[in-house]
Amino acid sequence: MWLYTLKRILLMIPTMFGISLISFFIIQLPPGDYLTSLLASMADSGQTLDPVEIARLRATYGLDDPMIVQYFKWISGIVFRGDFGYSFEWGRPVSELIWERMGSTLAISIAALVFVWAVSLPIGIYSAVHRHSVGDHVATFFGFLGLAIPNFILALTLMYVSYRYFGQSVGGLFSPEYVGADWSWGRVWDLMKHLWIPIIVIGTSGTAALIRILRANLTDELSKPYVTTARAKGLSEFNVIMRYPVRIALNPFVSAIGWVLPNLISGVTITAIVLNLPTAGPLLLRALVSQDMYLAGSFILLMGVLTLIGMLISDLLLAVLDPRIRFT
Amino acid sequence: MTQHTPPAAGQPVTTPILSVRDLSIDFHLRSHILHAVRDVSFDLHSGRTLCLVGESGSGKSVTARALLRLIDPQARVAGGTITLRDETGAELRLDGMAPNSREIRAVRGGRIGLIFQEPMSSLSPVRTIGTQIAEALLLHRRMTKPEAKAETVNLLRQVEIANPERMADRYTFEFSGGMRQRAMIAMALACDPDILIADEPTTALDVTTQAEIMDLIARLQRERGMAMLMITHDLGLVAEVADAVAVMRWGRIVEQGPVDQIFHAPHHPYTRRLLEATLKLDSSAKREAPRMDGTPLLSVRGLGKGFGAVNWRGRQTFAIKAVDQVNLDLWPGENLGIVGESGSGKTTLGRMLLRIIEPSTGSIRWQGDAAPAEVTIMNRPDLARYRSAVRLVFQDPYASLNPRMTVKQVIADPLVVAGGLKGAALDARIAELLELVGLDRSAMERYPHAFSGGQRQRIGIARALALNPRIIIADEATSALDVSIRAQVLDLLLDLQRRLDLSFIFIAHDISVVRYFCDRVAVMHRGRVVETGSADDICTRPREPYTQSLISAVPNPDPRNRRMLHRTRFRA
Repeated sequence: MWLYTLKRILLMIPTMFGISLISFFIIQLPPGDYLTSLLASMADSGQTLDPVEIARLRATYGLDDPMIVQYFKWISGIVFRGDFGYSFEWGRPVSELIWERMGSTLAISIAALVFVWAVSLPIGIYSAVHRHSVGDHVATFFGFLGLAIPNFILALTLMYVSYRYFGQSVGGLFSPEYVGADWSWGRVWDLMKHLWIPIIVIGTSGTAALIRILRANLTDELSKPYVTTARAKGLSEFNVIMRYPVRIALNPFVSAIGWVLPNLISGVTITAIVLNLPTAGPLLLRALVSQDMYLAGSFILLMGVLTLIGMLISDLLLAVLDPRIRFT
Repeated sequence: MTQHTPPAAGQPVTTPILSVRDLSIDFHLRSHILHAVRDVSFDLHSGRTLCLVGESGSGKSVTARALLRLIDPQARVAGGTITLRDETGAELRLDGMAPNSREIRAVRGGRIGLIFQEPMSSLSPVRTIGTQIAEALLLHRRMTKPEAKAETVNLLRQVEIANPERMADRYTFEFSGGMRQRAMIAMALACDPDILIADEPTTALDVTTQAEIMDLIARLQRERGMAMLMITHDLGLVAEVADAVAVMRWGRIVEQGPVDQIFHAPHHPYTRRLLEATLKLDSSAKREAPRMDGTPLLSVRGLGKGFGAVNWRGRQTFAIKAVDQVNLDLWPGENLGIVGESGSGKTTLGRMLLRIIEPSTGSIRWQGDAAPAEVTIMNRPDLARYRSAVRLVFQDPYASLNPRMTVKQVIADPLVVAGGLKGAALDARIAELLELVGLDRSAMERYPHAFSGGQRQRIGIARALALNPRIIIADEATSALDVSIRAQVLDLLLDLQRRLDLSFIFIAHDISVVRYFCDRVAVMHRGRVVETGSADDICTRPREPYTQSLISAVPNPDPRNRRMLHRTRFRA
């Protein structure tokens, strides 16, 4: 087991190298660079910049170097100094920007994941056990509704409802008076009041998907002979279901962790923009639009790393949950 | 029709521990109601075994499960009574209990234990054997966890599992089929039940493992004085273990009585037919042996296959020899049987003959064409031609036909791959093949699910015949079929052989089938052929100790001459 973990971690190194290479080159692919897009937006507003100044900036940032040289500057900074480069647009180091957004992103995503599990697990089990019952049809109906409604529409609706009927400020994670304030119970309460909207919005589609997966998996397992064996032992129906088929049908829940981590950054961008959430998604989008290459590259690299870590965690958890995986 | 079993001669006059009277079960399906069980009555007595015999679909499993109210939701008990008595004579009516009610759960596992057929899937793969057994103890015997753990180890020791302390913490997939069935028995017996229901407990096991498991069950039954209800389709096994027999067909018990009466003085024509089919397979087909002086069609020398793990530097560290130094010859028109237990390498050998699995060592010489050819070094076009002359028929008639293809497409597949036939000629060829295997040409447009197991196996045979093969390798081709169907399919194969000049390599674990069908038999054990000889010699005068133990473990369908329980044992 330990050997397996070590092997997996060692194998991650070449993969990460590949990801960094590809992500850097993809960012370089669109014509132009940060300065050309800056000039374009300045020209739109009637400003001009001295060509000498432009040439000086190009030289400082090394924008005229060959791509491979730029890549090595960037990657050696990350590996040797933990320096992810400098964001042109924000005028601050990339790492500072990323870590600032990571906290809130992590909080929202984990809360959404817990919400997804807490809702879909009982409903999925109920749906599978009472297949084609009224309760199953109702759950299926709402599940598909959640899957079908675009997240941003749900976000707008919930914002309207909470503003119109609860009279609270909407958007962001805090009311204006608490933004930048010190932590207090009032601030926590304010956070809770704001957090439920993004959690529901982000959670609904995932919930529907997991309910369907669990229902299908569990339906298969319910007719297996080992379930009858458990019943023949005299276990109560609740214990039979929870201890035997559900244990095996849980695998997709754990696998979900693998794709939740990279979703932290890119998955909920539109929702985050609509709700004005201080998460990583909108930042990444702006960086890509304005060709802020070090910021965008670092984000994409981070997403790759998070995908790898997420996969590793879910594989290890699966092995803990299912001994059949452990021994192969 | 229903007989309220008068205690027959030789059966002690005791009050039965369980009485079933006029039990009827209906399945409420979408379109109609299926009467799965009609007016079934029987009694179980302490210390005695009742065998419920019937072919698939006769309602025997549903009857057994209805005793524990473990039937599917769409099935209903339509009438009848099930009465369970304890030592004091107090009666408990099981038929009136709600499914999953507290009362029936006290009976399940506590008073009546249940063993199933599939040792593969009847235990959960994600929990240890020990916890699954201890669960029953915690439920019914009010033990603490350490006590239950100790008792679990004790139970595993009773069912003869080596190293019970260690094995209790293992998972099912680390157990062999026989060991799983032992663990299952330990679980069913954990709470000292009065009645054990065994639903085809050994169908999925090898003959020697089957004999060991039946020994074990018989011993435990004797020690504990349990009543046993055994469900099986194997009349040989019935003759070995039963005290009384009830024969079921289409949901009814057509005949029941003491085992001797059923086997030696059967009344009902169906019972007689079943016995005939079984006894027929216990003899050989009485056909003339082919000439063995010419050149063999296929000769195999020193064939071997090793599987092994590879260490991190890519070197082979531990090799299992699945097949080791096998020599075989197949003459034209001959039926060669390959018998052995699971894991003996017989399937690997069959696949290597077709180079589906590449042999590691040895040679396969093919002399079907004008010039002899070496199969192991054939190039692709030659191999394709060789493979159209040597065809395979599979074990599972359900899994070996693509459910999305019509019968026509299934049979046409090899013809289309080989090229040549099209349109009306193709249709005519398929119709001819279907008629050859005894099916109507109208079957062409239907899908495999519309056919029974025996008919599907016929479709599989038609597919194998499509390219006019010389040799058919039949890998357990009849083991998934009921006894009467099995005899029909074997007769069909013999008939085809006469008409089409075929040779068969018949891979099987069922010795009686091999004896009926084959001229010569090769016995495999741990990858080696331990003995080769004529089918009659192997079955009646085996020379090697392993063959002797194998033959003596085969149930004998005659209750007056039980041989399984005093068989020769082989230790290696």
